[in-house]
Amino acid sequence: MANTAHAHAAAAQGETRRDFLLHSTIAVGAVGGAMMVWPLIHSMNPAADTLSLSTTEFSVAGIAEGSGITVVWRGKPVFVRHRTAAEIETAKKDDTADLRDPQTDAVRAQKPDFLILVGICTHLGCIPLGMKATEPRGDFGGWFCPCHGSHYDTSGRIRRGPAPANLEVPPYTFLSDTTVRIG
Amino acid sequence: MTEKSRLLKAWEWHEQRLPIGHWLDHSLGSKYPAPKNLNYWWNFGSLALFMLVLMIITGVFLAMNYTAHTSMAFDSVERIMRDVNNGWLIRYMHANGASFFFIVVYIHIFRGLYYGSYKPPREVLWWMGVIIYLLMMATAFMGYVLPWGQMSFWGATVITNLFSAIPGVGDAIVTLLWGGFSVDNPTLNRFFALHYLLPFVIVGVVVLHVWALHIPGSNNPLGIEAAPADKIPFFPYYYAKDAVGLGVFLVVMFAVVFWLPNAMGHPLNYEKANPLVTPPHIVPEWYYLPFYAILRAIPDKLLGVIAMFGSILILFVLPWLDRHPVRSATFRPIFKIFFWVFLANGIMLGWCGSQLAEGLPLILSRVGTFWYFFHFIVLLPLLSWVETPKPLPASISQPVLSPAMKPAE
Amino acid sequence: MRKIVLAAAAAFVLSSPVMAAEEIKPMKRTWTFDGVFGKFDKQQLQRGFQVYKEVCASCHSVQYLAFRNLQDIGYSEDQVKVIAAEYQVQDGPDENGDMFDRPGRASDRIPKPFANEQLARASNGGALPPDLSLMTKAREDGPNYVFSLMMGYTEPPKGFEILPGMSYNTYFPGHQIGMPQQITDDRVTYADGTKASAEQIASDVTAFLHWAAEPKLEVRHATGIRVVLFALLFTVLAFFYKRRLWARLEKH
Repeated sequence: MANTAHAHAAAAQGETRRDFLLHSTIAVGAVGGAMMVWPLIHSMNPAADTLSLSTTEFSVAGIAEGSGITVVWRGKPVFVRHRTAAEIETAKKDDTADLRDPQTDAVRAQKPDFLILVGICTHLGCIPLGMKATEPRGDFGGWFCPCHGSHYDTSGRIRRGPAPANLEVPPYTFLSDTTVRIG
Repeated sequence: MTEKSRLLKAWEWHEQRLPIGHWLDHSLGSKYPAPKNLNYWWNFGSLALFMLVLMIITGVFLAMNYTAHTSMAFDSVERIMRDVNNGWLIRYMHANGASFFFIVVYIHIFRGLYYGSYKPPREVLWWMGVIIYLLMMATAFMGYVLPWGQMSFWGATVITNLFSAIPGVGDAIVTLLWGGFSVDNPTLNRFFALHYLLPFVIVGVVVLHVWALHIPGSNNPLGIEAAPADKIPFFPYYYAKDAVGLGVFLVVMFAVVFWLPNAMGHPLNYEKANPLVTPPHIVPEWYYLPFYAILRAIPDKLLGVIAMFGSILILFVLPWLDRHPVRSATFRPIFKIFFWVFLANGIMLGWCGSQLAEGLPLILSRVGTFWYFFHFIVLLPLLSWVETPKPLPASISQPVLSPAMKPAE
Repeated sequence: MRKIVLAAAAAFVLSSPVMAAEEIKPMKRTWTFDGVFGKFDKQQLQRGFQVYKEVCASCHSVQYLAFRNLQDIGYSEDQVKVIAAEYQVQDGPDENGDMFDRPGRASDRIPKPFANEQLARASNGGALPPDLSLMTKAREDGPNYVFSLMMGYTEPPKGFEILPGMSYNTYFPGHQIGMPQQITDDRVTYADGTKASAEQIASDVTAFLHWAAEPKLEVRHATGIRVVLFALLFTVLAFFYKRRLWARLEKH
């Protein structure tokens, strides 16, 4: 390449280091390319229809004391348990226990009878057992996650095992005594 | 040690172990010498690469939101257009990108035809190009089926039925292609799988295409071998020139994407596929129209299909049909005239392909089909024998330099 | 070389699908959404939605529109909830396995007038009223065509045989259309007091349908202006840089 026209030219003229035109062309090109990236990445975020489907309504009328139902909200299981008086009492008593993620039961249940929780273990996203009568409920009578052994109490608070936080309480309102809307 | 030299050291350490920078510099960078007289028609090779990358990127993001099922495909595309963030932009870029990819590649092909880039020693380079073109046609065809509109469905039906013309095994092949007894869900599913696969096959053949290009180096508008003194490094000279071309191209493409996004598509593809109703007038996408005209010009089913495929496959033997020693049409006055006639004929065939196959369009498509093959099979071999070229310059520098400035060599 | 550009342009123009020769071109109108800066007129879209609700909706669906989309044409979130609640939407099954109707919500699609194609045909003398949510994109020169079709009802020319139950329409392919004339003066009474001439009604509902087909038109135009200007800037810079760089070669 020694005898190419380019080499002659470069040697004769010398390379211009600070080339405003070159830098601005590259900058504009790079910014343009970068601006193309965001729309593509953003397309992976929830779409408008997904965002709009964020409420679920259900009735708690048919849930017998001591049992519960699982409803689906945003594709996630939501535990609705009709707690017994004993369960409520234990939960309130443990407000003062040594909790990893301290929260009182009154904060977690709008109506003490019905505990409504996102049924996803805060450790790594498994669904804890305990909604069926035949399933283990762990050492604290609430839920037990079989994946890595997290125990939740009757208020859905983490008491033992690797999970860092209590089972999440979704935003919900009682539209009537028996109808609940989540989201 | 300063920050910069530390980075440089790390880079050199890496280069010693995996010389990717060295490799790029030699294949597409400052160590790749290109003739200094390449004109703007030579931009379309790098533009085609740009389009391939753009199509793959937009396509991957579309695939994240697309559902390949007959009952959901059309709705999932509408969801992309309405609900997915920027989905409309990504889809319009992809749909119009297909057309612009073909525009770029057609110009690239005709540039090669005009300047004789298919001639020795670039025959294999030319073959790789024809293979890329064939793969593009297959990919675009299957992509057009995916939205599952009326034209998708009936285009798929008509094109797959072409294979039924093959004697004996035709029907069995069509059934195999469909995965059933009509174009249906299995067809859509495999078309999606292949539409996702083939672009990466194209990338592979592009690597071979560029590799084959590097053996003799680029042809140039004069068609004569470029002496080392007439070559300049690809980087930065052709990067700068290609950037100008890319900019102009992007302005045109964006104008279409943002203001005429449906101009190159068929309106009926916004109607969901209906296997019970054929639209009154089925037309393929514009880039297939000349070949569609050739197919319909011949009243026999099998011969029509053979002519259609033959019209593309004949490009493989072009280097042996046109054996004239001079490459560039600049120095071949007769060939030059027939090049423009051939191009006009192709455009006329395209127009015929968009019309109903009757009356004037049918007559013209027969004339055009005849001329298409006449050009390759009779005219080019004949001109190879008889055409006297204009005198060729001794080197690339000669035509642009006055005798006084001519370098002493 | 200019020839190639011209030829390519000619190919592009000529190759656009051409309809059968006897077809009549629709009337040309100017729309607010035409052109480089084209936008929808939200007032007009709301009137168009009223026309759709009061005239079209008894037969035609707009299946890709959800109530929440109406926020785009200037209704507030609360207004959309009220509009949605006027509709009954089928949901379910409930605890007993029964489907049930409930008031619509913003996230629901606008309900279709007929549960399925067979019912739609049975209720319309065998003809299927097509879904309208993509109609202006599914026809050549869509907005003009839809407008022309609604305004195109006339007496058939002498000797034109009309089948029973069909109407003559100048702009419909074949001229025989299953839908009787719908748009006449004062067919609706506009909530905003606009005088409801047939032309006004037809153009309002056409604009509404074009928004339904291409809801991202405004953001597309706005984005396009910025993107094209940016690409132009890049081109100009690249051009001057290229010229400077290549000037080195020409000196030698």
